[in-house]
This record gives sequence, structure tokens and C-alpha cells, in this order.
Amino acid sequence: MNSQKFTSPILEARNLNIYYGTKKVVKNLNMKIGKQTVTSLIGPSGCGKSTMLRSFNRMNDFIDSFHYEGEVLFEGSDIYRSKIDVTEFRRRIGMVFQKPNPFSSSIAKNITWGPKINGYVGDLNELVEKSLRRAALWDEVKDKLNDSGLALSGGQQQRLCIARAVAMDPEVILMDEPCSALDPASTLAIEDLIHDLKKEYTIVIVTHNMQQAARVSEYTAFMYNGDLIEYGPTSKLFASPDEKLTRDYIVGRFG
Amino acid sequence: MNPVESPASAAKPNLFQNKRTLRLVKERVFFGIIFASTLLALGFLFYLLFSIFHQGWDHLSVDFFTNFPSRFPAKAGFKSAIYGTVWLGGLTLIFSVFFGVGAALYLQEMSPRNRFTSWIEISISTLAGVPSIIYGMLGLGIFVRFLDLGRSVLAGALTLSLLIIPVIIIASREALKSVPDSVRMASYALGASKWQTVRDHVLPSAIPGVATGVILSMARAMGEAAPLILLGALTYVAFIPGSPMDSFTAMPIQIFNWASRPQEAFHDLASTGIIVLLGFLMICNSAAIFIRSRWGKRL
Repeated sequence: MNSQKFTSPILEARNLNIYYGTKKVVKNLNMKIGKQTVTSLIGPSGCGKSTMLRSFNRMNDFIDSFHYEGEVLFEGSDIYRSKIDVTEFRRRIGMVFQKPNPFSSSIAKNITWGPKINGYVGDLNELVEKSLRRAALWDEVKDKLNDSGLALSGGQQQRLCIARAVAMDPEVILMDEPCSALDPASTLAIEDLIHDLKKEYTIVIVTHNMQQAARVSEYTAFMYNGDLIEYGPTSKLFASPDEKLTRDYIVGRFG
Repeated sequence: MNPVESPASAAKPNLFQNKRTLRLVKERVFFGIIFASTLLALGFLFYLLFSIFHQGWDHLSVDFFTNFPSRFPAKAGFKSAIYGTVWLGGLTLIFSVFFGVGAALYLQEMSPRNRFTSWIEISISTLAGVPSIIYGMLGLGIFVRFLDLGRSVLAGALTLSLLIIPVIIIASREALKSVPDSVRMASYALGASKWQTVRDHVLPSAIPGVATGVILSMARAMGEAAPLILLGALTYVAFIPGSPMDSFTAMPIQIFNWASRPQEAFHDLASTGIIVLLGFLMICNSAAIFIRSRWGKRL
């Protein structure tokens, strides 16, 4: 079962092939991601799941040897060929990285910089509070908004990065192994946060941790060696996968 | 094999020869050599400083800073040279920061990777090693003659800028290179353009390294006499430059001039000039260290 039948998907890959130089890392992949769902991409290292995630906001463009065939659609428009500038897509499709990467400026400025450069006209102070509240960080930092974002703990930094993404009022948030550099308590905080965020945003999360995929996502896609092996509701995929490869990976026979 | 017999107590041949004394001697000798080379370098430096201060200290007075040069050693001062160097320094700083940091930003952050840019890169590292007197000839040909700027402060500053721009480009690129890519990715993911990313995140993080490169190469430029003499900078100047188009002298030129006079008294004045120039360069270096530590602690 390789595809979900979302009638109006927010993101869609059609016959997508991605190459780094001559190496094919994503192979003829078709995938639809539904609005306001949490979708996990799982698979062993090097299976192409991070590459797939980064193709949704064109972050692969910065890799020199990257080229692709096929289409990536965001709300029906091809983000690689559209007349709309790529920065506009990136504003609407936020991203949280594997390693927390706050800017070396104050907590408040970490939040306001993105909206400012994208011409935000609302009240910035309000936006800081709203975004930090949504990222469950407000209570911890409300008295030190002018302190450096880098002075926070790793878990707090990652929530700051989530707040920074949320401040852009995106429709989608892409998360590339957001907890792999964090301790278990911070991981739990981020997972709770994902549960709250899915009411308003579409979330696509790459994870190495299958328990995490099972906990946070409604849909899970298993990739292996550049192929999308199986994609379906998380409960179904973990309980009774259709493919033998999926089952072997989930029970830990490889990967 | 019986495990009880296996411990080292059995007649096991010793495969290690300790040679402790020999190793110790070798270490001492090596330590002695490197310590002596350090002492030698420091010794020469202190000898140089001592002889300069010995010769020049007596002439270091308020008059030395406020008098123009003169035929009479007792009346001769450093004023026009100090002002000339300040003028040169100010203009050189403006030109070399603008073009040097600009070129570094282009090459490191903006330019596509192709044959043309790698050719530019090789040319820049070659230029950084070209002797300063060659730049003097270039400046004479281009700025003084072709652009008809005359033997002006402007022509001098442009020439010195050409001299240090390659060094500033290399130092700035290293500073930009050391800014982690995660910062750029974070910025792009928020919908920032390349320019916004560089302006607000990459360049500010690179400022300490850029400033160090700029100030150290400025110190080098301010100590240069050869290219300026080749340009035709004057050695006897009894006025202060009032505009970039005025002629000028500079500290190293005045020192060179005094040192090449036959009278002993002028040699002492040259030493006094060196003291002032050294003080000026030390201030530059301290500024570099200050900026680097201050900017690093800012947040």
C-alpha cells in the first residue's frame, strides 16, 4: 500500500527522483500528505528520508550536486517550477533541524527576525509571547527575553527553534530528527508539543526512533534505499504491515 | 595450555628495552634547541628595542609631535608624518574594508563554484605574496599617471589598499568559512534571501575574524615606505594635508629620510620616529584584540 488517498493534499511528491551527483537517493517516489496530519518518515540511515523532507521546502538546493526529476506540489503549485519565489514557500513551510540552531541574538530577536524580514506588520511583542507560549517555552523565558538564545539548554533551544518556525505562521512544519540531540525529558516535551501543534499545522517528521513515530504520528511512511516501501496509518503500519521489509525493520531485524 | 602457568612470572622474554636515560637525554637536547631559538629571537628583538630607545628617547618631547621637519635636527619634528599617516590610514581603511570585505563576501557566500571563481581565488592568494614595491609601481602607473591623481594622499591610500586587499580577502573568507552552515540553513528556512542571511547572521558572526584581519593588515600598510616612495611621496613636508588631493609624507618615509642623512643627530631622530610608529602599531594591535574579545562576549 504505497499511497494515501487524500483528496486535497497539502504536500505531494509526484514521480520524484532525487540525485546527488550520479547517486540516486530518492527513487520515483509518489506521496501525498494530508492537511493537519502528523506524518512520520522512518527508515534506516541513508534511506533518503531526510532528503525527501528537505525537498518539501527546497533545502536541498544548497547541495551543489543535487538535481531532481518529477514534481513537488504545495497546495497544488509546483514549488520547483512555480513563478512564486522560493522564499515565499519557505515562509509557509517552516523547518526545525536536527541540531538546535538558534541565532546568536536574544530570545526575542530569534522570534522576530523571520517575521520582520518577511514584512510582518502586526505587533511584534505580541507575536513573541504567542509563539513562545505555543512552543511551551514562555514560562521559562518570559523574564529573560533579551538574553541570548544560545544561553538556553538544548531542549529549550529546540523549543525556541520551534517557536521561531511557528512565528512565521506556516501551514506546514518540517522536522528533521528534532529530538536526536536531546535528552529524554526534553524529547518528551517536544513530543507533547507536537501533539498540541497538530491542531493547527501539518507536521512532517523524520525520526530514527520508531517508538517516537508510533507515539506522535497519525501516518507513517517507511522508506528503504530511496524507495517508499509502505505508507499508511501509523497503527496499521506498526501492527500489521503489508510488506515483509517493513515488518523486518519494525521488529528490529535490521536498520 | 594450563592457565595457572601463563602469568608473566614465567620465563617470558622481555620484548621492551626501556633505554630511559637515552630518551631523557634526547628530550633535554631537543628542549634546549627550541628554547635557544626562542631566546635568540627575543634577544634580537630586545636588542633592537634597546638601541632604538637608547638613541631616540631623548628626542621624544611635545616638540617632536608639533614641529614640522627641519634642516636643523634640534627643531625637526614628526608632525606632518603623523598627520600624513593618519590621513593615509583613514582612507586606506575605508577603501580596503569596502572592497576587501565585499570581495570576500562575494567569493565565499554569493559566487557560483566554477573555473572563473577558482581562477580568481588563485590570483588573490598570488597577489597576497607580491612584494609591496611592485604595488608602488602599479600605483604610480595607474593612480598617479593614468588617473592623474598626482602624488596625493588619495593615490597613496589607493595603492596601500591594493596592497592589503588580498590579505583582507583571505582573512575575511576564513572568518566567513568558520560560521557554521546551520546558521545559514536556519535563516533560509525562515524564507530569508541570501543577502538577508549574510547581512544579519553570517557577517555579524564573522566580525571578530574580519576585524582582526583588517587591523593587522592596516598595521602592515602603515609601516610601508617602499610603495609610497615609489609613488613619489614627498620627504620634506612642512604642511598638513587638508584634502585627499594634497601631497603628503608618512611616518616610515620620514624615518627613512632621517636615517639616510649623514648627520648623526638625524639618526637619533629616526629612532624617535620608530618609537612613535611602534606605539601607533601597538595601539592598532591592541584594538584588534579588544574588538575580538569584546565582540565574542557580546552575547
